[in-house]
Amino acid sequence: MTLLTLRELGVTRRGRTVLQGINLRVGTGEIVGLIGPNGAGKTTLMRAALGLIPPTGHSSLAQLAPRARGRAVAWLPQAREIAWQVDVATLILLGRTPHLATGQKPNATDRAAVDRAIARMDLSAFRDRTATRLSGGEQARVLIARALAQDAPLLMADEPIAGLDLAHQIGTMKRFADLAAEGRSVIVSLHDLGLAARHCTRLVVIDKGRMVADGTPLETLTQTLVRDVFGVDALVQATPDGILFQPRDIVG
Amino acid sequence: MLPAGVLPMSASMHASSLWIPWLVAALTAAPALADAPRRVVSMNLCTDQLAMLVAGEGQLISVSALSADPRGSAMADVAARYPLNHGRAEEIYLMQPDLVIAGTFTRRATVDMLDRLGIPVLLLEPAYTLDDIAALLIQTGKALGQEAKAESLVADFQTRLGLLNSKDAANPRAALYSANGYTSGDRTLAGEILSAAGLDNVAAEAGLADGGFLPLEVLVMAAPDTVITGVPYAGESRAEAVTDHPVIAALRDGRPGARMMDRDWVCGTPFVLQAINAMADLRHTLQDGQR
Amino acid sequence: MTRLTLILSGLLVALFVTALLIGPAHISPGPSLRALIMGGEGPMTLVMREIRLPRALLGLLIGGALGLAGAAMQGYLRNPLADPGLIGVSGSAALGAVLAIQTGFATTWSLGLPMAALSGAVLGVCAVLLLAGPRGSSLSLILAGIAISALAGALTALVLNLSPNPFAANEIVFWMMGSLSDRSMTHVWIALPFILLGSALLASLSRGLDALTLGEDAAEAMGIGLRRMRLTLIFGTAAVVGASTAVAGAIGFVGLVVPHLLRPFVGARPGRLLLASTLGGAAMLLAADIVVRAILPDRDLKLGVVTALIGAPLFLHLIYRTRQDAT
Repeated sequence: MTLLTLRELGVTRRGRTVLQGINLRVGTGEIVGLIGPNGAGKTTLMRAALGLIPPTGHSSLAQLAPRARGRAVAWLPQAREIAWQVDVATLILLGRTPHLATGQKPNATDRAAVDRAIARMDLSAFRDRTATRLSGGEQARVLIARALAQDAPLLMADEPIAGLDLAHQIGTMKRFADLAAEGRSVIVSLHDLGLAARHCTRLVVIDKGRMVADGTPLETLTQTLVRDVFGVDALVQATPDGILFQPRDIVG
Repeated sequence: MLPAGVLPMSASMHASSLWIPWLVAALTAAPALADAPRRVVSMNLCTDQLAMLVAGEGQLISVSALSADPRGSAMADVAARYPLNHGRAEEIYLMQPDLVIAGTFTRRATVDMLDRLGIPVLLLEPAYTLDDIAALLIQTGKALGQEAKAESLVADFQTRLGLLNSKDAANPRAALYSANGYTSGDRTLAGEILSAAGLDNVAAEAGLADGGFLPLEVLVMAAPDTVITGVPYAGESRAEAVTDHPVIAALRDGRPGARMMDRDWVCGTPFVLQAINAMADLRHTLQDGQR
Repeated sequence: MTRLTLILSGLLVALFVTALLIGPAHISPGPSLRALIMGGEGPMTLVMREIRLPRALLGLLIGGALGLAGAAMQGYLRNPLADPGLIGVSGSAALGAVLAIQTGFATTWSLGLPMAALSGAVLGVCAVLLLAGPRGSSLSLILAGIAISALAGALTALVLNLSPNPFAANEIVFWMMGSLSDRSMTHVWIALPFILLGSALLASLSRGLDALTLGEDAAEAMGIGLRRMRLTLIFGTAAVVGASTAVAGAIGFVGLVVPHLLRPFVGARPGRLLLASTLGGAAMLLAADIVVRAILPDRDLKLGVVTALIGAPLFLHLIYRTRQDAT
């Protein structure tokens, strides 16, 4: 089953092409790491795929009606916005928005989804706390839980682990692996290539608005590519324990 | 005169032609005496009219622009023949007057400025009673050296007033109601006009002998026999909209109401006789309706 | 119905009855209420039905409208400083109303006055949204509000000063501070349809405002149509604020104070705040109008004076707190 199809997806803003020629098909059970340097177009790619900015080319998600799209994909933007002092459970319940018809109140299914998301993100202790009073990392986890509560087959997350402590970075990537194990898929943009190499089933490398590589971490994350795209000299090694990625120096 | 911030009441009932022939006769009277001021400027609507009535040929050289507006001035057509001023110190100074007549409510700064420039200024109080009118005429006459003329105007005014004074035992109760819900009490010129016409003023019942703001619901509870409202000015204002409130129509409900014409009510001049006359007509209509 | 709704409704009923019983004419409660309900000949029925009832009804309607509009704008901009009065929407509506009245447009068409005020309000809301940006930062919101209020106020004063009517020039105070005195049922009928329609529009924003707690991107991705929301907000706010201002002048701070006070009681959820603020706004304006009449029964003390005395300190407090948050 295909959760996302992009064909010749591109974005032009103020006459400047910021993204072009993206072809991507994401099936079930995948963790797709979206990597590339700052300004490469990772966020643009995800927002265009969602239809939040008007794309050229084809995106299977952008064509859906708004609420249907909300049930097909959960989107976790990079900006961690919590505007009001609502409690954690209320905030996570907002993830159920696409499942509720106009005027419909949340039912047992919705509350169960919230409970699962809370358990999954290890937030039981924070359930009734005011979300805005939590630390930045805790807020990030609450927002991930909100996206999980949306119960969509595909999760798109823009740098969800930035600012988390090491344990929660790894924990979050493992939660994504759990989702993949259930047959869902995750598209996640990351800057930590080490975590990307270890936890993603597939890496899509973006550079200057184009897709320059797509494959398993071992296939894509070659020394040459890391040097060409990121300007970094790195050691990439397949070990019995998984892939080891160690950046060493910037390339002059 | 009314308190600051409150504009005078207005109304249109009768054409003001009634007194004009008499007035024109007055204007052609004797020239000023030798030691009297020769270049008199008046800068207030009410003093303008007193001056125009009393002054001799050529003695008055300018009146205020307000006096040329027929809705506020009983002598608009006469005033239009004079050069008009706008109450500004410099324009008045340039007219080189030897006497300026102003009201006590004229802008203080202007009066002080003229004072400093060495021009004599006569300040006239507004009229609060009908008796004040005679006093004002005499005072103006003295200042202009036209005592005899002023006295004949007073005599004439008092004769005519005497003819109009006819009271019944049971006076109808009237409410003066103008913009912003302002009413005039007994101890005001407008109140005396009412009472001279044989109408009782409900403002007095409401404890507003000097006039003041009469809340709409107090007016309604007073249930006057007639409501006399102002004539709205051109353009719209919320202040005047209150006189169009549905309860005013309900209070009148088939009974005659009336409108006040500014020019006959505002200034202490013999022209108040026109207002008294109109109110006396209203009283008769009311009493005929009751019978 | 939640407990908060019940409490606010109870308060509202009490204030509404009190508003009917207070006035410069000294008439006792029993007979006056009887006159209101049973009618009958005599001045008391006239006072109750034609003077006090429209005044209380307008207090209810306009207070509710302003509370609701404040809650909706705050939810949309995600900023507790958004109040239709402070950000210039009421001022623009007043300009529209004054233009309609002074040009005579208001008398040529029965809907002329509210439509003109609505148009002014639409311009005001659009200008604020444009100047303050999608997520109204406090600074740009307040600056936009000052600019729009100043411009609308100046133009209103200009129009009133150009009027041939000598009273008009003094009425800038009414248009900037608002008052419910000497209004009639005519004004109720002018305002009612617009306030009802606008309130229905704003009430429909409930779920979208909740979702916006997570930001525009997240809300849109959850199926919230932001473009439609924005239009609904603009016309809903313009309708309720326009109609309110057309008959009662610009009354500030209701839309600021009420949502702020009630937010903790609805778990800070912007959607639930809408109903609570509607009830609370109505209660606040009725209370303010009672205060106005209790303090100076014979004078037309402007409602905006009372609401500002309550609201301005709170506004300062909010600014202070926003500044602290920023550092």
